[in-house]
Amino acid sequence: MYLGFLVTSLEQGLIYGIMAIGVYITFRILDFADLTVDGSITLGAAVSAKMIIIGYNPFLTLIVATFAGGIAGTITGFLNTKLNIAPLLSGILTMTSLYSINLRIMGRPNIPLISNETIFDLFYIPYNLSSYNELILILLVVLVVLITLILFLKTKLGFALRATGDNPVMVRSMAINTKNIKMIGLIIANSFVALSGSLIGQYQGFADISMGIGTIIAGLASVIIGEVIIGRDSFYFIIPGIIIGSVLYRGSISFALMSGFAASDLKLLTALIVILFLSTPRIKKYLGGKINVKTD
Amino acid sequence: MLKLINVTKTFNTNTFNATKALKNIELEVKNNDFITIIGGNGAGKSTLLNSIAGVFDLTCGDIILSDKDITDMPEHKRANFIGRVFQDPLMGTSPEMTIEENLSMALNKDTNLSLKWAVNKKKRGRIKEHLSEINLGLENRLDTKVKFLSGGQRQALTLLMATIIEPEILLLDEHTAALDPATAIKINELTQKIISNHKITTLMITHNMKDALNFGNRLLMMNHGKIIFDVQGQTKKNMTINHLLEIFQKKHKQGFYNDRAILSLA
Repeated sequence: MYLGFLVTSLEQGLIYGIMAIGVYITFRILDFADLTVDGSITLGAAVSAKMIIIGYNPFLTLIVATFAGGIAGTITGFLNTKLNIAPLLSGILTMTSLYSINLRIMGRPNIPLISNETIFDLFYIPYNLSSYNELILILLVVLVVLITLILFLKTKLGFALRATGDNPVMVRSMAINTKNIKMIGLIIANSFVALSGSLIGQYQGFADISMGIGTIIAGLASVIIGEVIIGRDSFYFIIPGIIIGSVLYRGSISFALMSGFAASDLKLLTALIVILFLSTPRIKKYLGGKINVKTD
Repeated sequence: MLKLINVTKTFNTNTFNATKALKNIELEVKNNDFITIIGGNGAGKSTLLNSIAGVFDLTCGDIILSDKDITDMPEHKRANFIGRVFQDPLMGTSPEMTIEENLSMALNKDTNLSLKWAVNKKKRGRIKEHLSEINLGLENRLDTKVKFLSGGQRQALTLLMATIIEPEILLLDEHTAALDPATAIKINELTQKIISNHKITTLMITHNMKDALNFGNRLLMMNHGKIIFDVQGQTKKNMTINHLLEIFQKKHKQGFYNDRAILSLA
């Protein structure tokens, strides 16, 4: 029972961790509060589910879903960089449009995949490891994402991405168009989010139109937990740290469910977790101030 | 080589707050000119440099650089041949990135963005070499994040980044104003050294009249969006601070005394 609970939390945490890395790219690296995420995660699941019931190879749908997420990012980027709409609003507009688009793609609000083969049915490890084949497949995908991103951040384009969130004036004075860099960042981030959505849909066995609600908060929670645990100094550590943050977040959610909370309470709990972590520096400062007064 | 023709910039056009920051500026900068620019607050010095850098669209006028009309060229494209150092030491570098990472971006300025490694062995060698030239010991701190450097170290780094790929024009906007006097002197010396070693055409704004006279071969005085005085060569060499003040008072009745300029006579 407990092992099952742990493995499920671990698997979910890893899959949602890919989404959290997308959130990290926009919120932290690019300093762009991108709310497209709630829509692009559903987009990933919708594209995969629809393709799977039509009969396409589930692994192929992962790739197509990732591309679809990239397109969603392009639209947010277009709204912001070409039409000069504020970052927050650009994301909300794309997210809202995606609700209709996702319904169009799916044709109905929910597609069950119980009777269809997913990547988890196709990926088969023989011998006594077979009970872990889901976990192993997820780990493989997460590893590919981590390594790709870390290597990317060491390229010229990756440097430009990091510097654009840090100091756009300097980036322009280095002859780089910050608008294009923002666009690239949004594309990469939302590709990751949609990839995560595609995996979630196949993992849980259905795609649902409302599955994306609150995703951005869960992503932020994972990023913040990761940063608190690992620190923010180096992206070599923080990027795997976010995956750990995501696993811990899913673990605490499962724990809350087991201790009697209703599933419908989870959004509130998540928001409270984020508020708690975001206010930690303030609380620490407040407490620290008091202690100093005493010792004086 | 750099030519400003009838350059005018009005902020908040068509409102009650409309301010003419630059009024019909005509300026010809020759190759290897090192021009110092002085003037009170709101004289249009920074607006002049920003219009050359392409920070905003001009209200009217043209800017010609090496026979190319760059009036409508966006800021980031002009950066290919214009180097800039800002007054605020935070503006020129990426604080969360290391010294090496910052400099590598400057070295990559004239190459296309791609998925090639931003730093390699050869580049690291070049970065160390350039850093050791500025004598701050930064060549041994390649992996230090720039946010841990002092204002002076950051300005030195920014100066290096602006000139590591030799620009056609270097724009210095009071780049020592935010530093303590001793550091300011060091940065000024470094500026002088880099400019004369590489013969870079430079426009430098300063609030310090002594610096304005000591540095460069030409001096511009600005007031209310106009260049009110332009002196070069031997005539400039023979000038004193008192001459400058006299000229300013003659051209402008209000006098310099109300201005910050008077505070930095020393």
